Amino acid sequence: MQEKLVLEPGRANKNYWKDIWHYRELFQVLAWRDVSVRYKQTVIGVAWALIRPFLTMIVFTVIFGKVAKLPSEGEAPYALLVFAGMLPWTFFSTALSEASNSLVSNANLISKVYFPRIIVPTSTMVVVLLDFVISFIILLFMMLWYQWVPGLQFLLLPLFLLLAVLASIGPALWITSLNVKYRDFRYIIPFVVQFGLYVSPVGFSSNVIPDNWRLLYSLNPVVGVIDGFRWCIIGESNIYIPGFILSVVVTLFFLWFGINQFRKMEKTFADLI
Amino acid sequence: MSEPIIEIKGLGKTYLIGHKSDTGSYTALRDVVGRTVAGFGRKVMDMAAGRQIIQGDEVELFSALKSLDIEVDQGEVVGIIGRNGAGKSTLLKILSRITEPSEGKVILRGRVASLLEVGTGFHPELSGRENIYLNGAILGMTRNEIKLKFDEIVDFSGVERFLDTPVKRYSSGMYVRLAFSVAAHLEPEILVVDEVLAVGDVEFQKKCLSKMKDVAVGGRTVLFVSHNIAAVQSLCNRGIVLHSGNKVFDGAVEDAVYAYTNKISKNNDRALRGGDGPHIVHASICDDSLRHGDLVVRLEFESPYALEKPFAGLVVKDILGNPVFGHNTMMDETFVSKRGTSGILNFSVTDIPLHAGEYVVSLYFGDRSQNYHIEEDYINFLFVAPPIPMGISTSQIGNMRVKGVWVQS
Repeated sequence: MQEKLVLEPGRANKNYWKDIWHYRELFQVLAWRDVSVRYKQTVIGVAWALIRPFLTMIVFTVIFGKVAKLPSEGEAPYALLVFAGMLPWTFFSTALSEASNSLVSNANLISKVYFPRIIVPTSTMVVVLLDFVISFIILLFMMLWYQWVPGLQFLLLPLFLLLAVLASIGPALWITSLNVKYRDFRYIIPFVVQFGLYVSPVGFSSNVIPDNWRLLYSLNPVVGVIDGFRWCIIGESNIYIPGFILSVVVTLFFLWFGINQFRKMEKTFADLI
Repeated sequence: MSEPIIEIKGLGKTYLIGHKSDTGSYTALRDVVGRTVAGFGRKVMDMAAGRQIIQGDEVELFSALKSLDIEVDQGEVVGIIGRNGAGKSTLLKILSRITEPSEGKVILRGRVASLLEVGTGFHPELSGRENIYLNGAILGMTRNEIKLKFDEIVDFSGVERFLDTPVKRYSSGMYVRLAFSVAAHLEPEILVVDEVLAVGDVEFQKKCLSKMKDVAVGGRTVLFVSHNIAAVQSLCNRGIVLHSGNKVFDGAVEDAVYAYTNKISKNNDRALRGGDGPHIVHASICDDSLRHGDLVVRLEFESPYALEKPFAGLVVKDILGNPVFGHNTMMDETFVSKRGTSGILNFSVTDIPLHAGEYVVSLYFGDRSQNYHIEEDYINFLFVAPPIPMGISTSQIGNMRVKGVWVQS
């Protein structure tokens, strides 16, 4: 009789994080499952992860750079500016939509077996991260094409990738748990993602935002992430520091809030799903 | 072994459920609009307050379990029996931590694994080999454990040849066999099993039963929920009968089975609660005919709309839950159905070819395309036939009573 487990209503789960650690193998297995079935029974397979961001980049470069004639940052080619913004944005939006559906599409698991529920939405992040890595290869080729040599700040990119992950996890967890309870969010998320593409500085530099609006604009956590990516890759303009700090603060707040909300609702998932 | 391995104290679970209010024969647009607006208002309020959304007009608190106390010692194999909705599955869900209790507490002194449904988490696109690892991890095995048992699992399932085929190409039998094999090789201290044996062919079922017996012999604790009383009897040494959320019996499995059949018996004439769709409102067995050796079952049904071809069927089972015979309106070529919203269907069989004993009848009602209303083990009857000689029981010779003739020459 090694372990003793007491089940009570509203039990404050002291072993929450320990429990997650205990189930780390399930996290790996679920992530591996999502990765290995992602492009099954498709003709071009992984190429989808290359084609989608590439085509979007071309469209944005033409519309924002050529048609609207928005300024780039310094000497940087507009296509590079767009792609440096699209990398984190695609990560954020895919993470949000994949995670939010993850619990509902794994409903049979949730209602049949116990494990820390947080594993399901977070393991979808691995797939999204893989897509990110593939798109990153495009970036490297583009830099080669434009013969663009980034500065030393390029080495800080993993740090901003981490920020992108954190910025995605918070809202993703919150929306995931809401989606279990209120399926309205299934319709809201695609809208938010589409809307966010234009609200966030993906197709344009955030330098085009008037100075007195910039702090307010930075309330969007993705702004900080995108600015960080652009600084690493292009490095022509410095990061707007007060805005960046605000973005990080909002990110951390959402991370805390998302995890909290998720834990609060987690216990009733099986009854609601 | 001083402390029980499972301790359940005052356990209760309540759910919120919604109803549609009874609208009578016709609905006025005004009522519909009023209700829709009220319902929308309530849903918005619920969401603002972070409560659950409930469909329907009236909300009710439903207790699936009411202050339940159970203690189980290590090595016991406990069968939990009860009608649909008695709270069996809710109990198992709480024990396997899928849902939280509303009151009371459960103390578990050991690792729990549940076999709530075979094939949980199988991914159709993945191969059999990959699914063994996936399913094992979901059920709580570590990768090393699975690696060690991999050959055993494959052997047991008998799908070696198809290990690298996606399971979506499997036959349903192969699918179930593979799924059960993974689950059967879990080695928890407490195993919770819900109706998994209702699948697969007879030979595989036998294999499963013997595997479960091995588990029990190995000193592990098993909680087994089933409608199949015969399976419960052969596996368990203790039985608990649940009835609408309460424990009504706890003791030796034979007594439990008796208590359960008693609980569902008493009545051979029952009114049934109505549903939304077409349903049986009243079912009875004629006592008089029974005394003469004939079985006459009368079903009264109602439907909110006219049924083209009302259909009814019944299955007669012995008290162990083994089906003895069944019949339905399609099996009677002379039967002519009448279109309508209500009616009475009479079934009769003269000179029932059964030995004396207690039998349970399950009822089915629908039309030619589907069953609308199924009542498992709903009415029962005590049949008094010419007694069989002392020293012989129906468990030896079966329930069939044939008119045999012996001649000595």
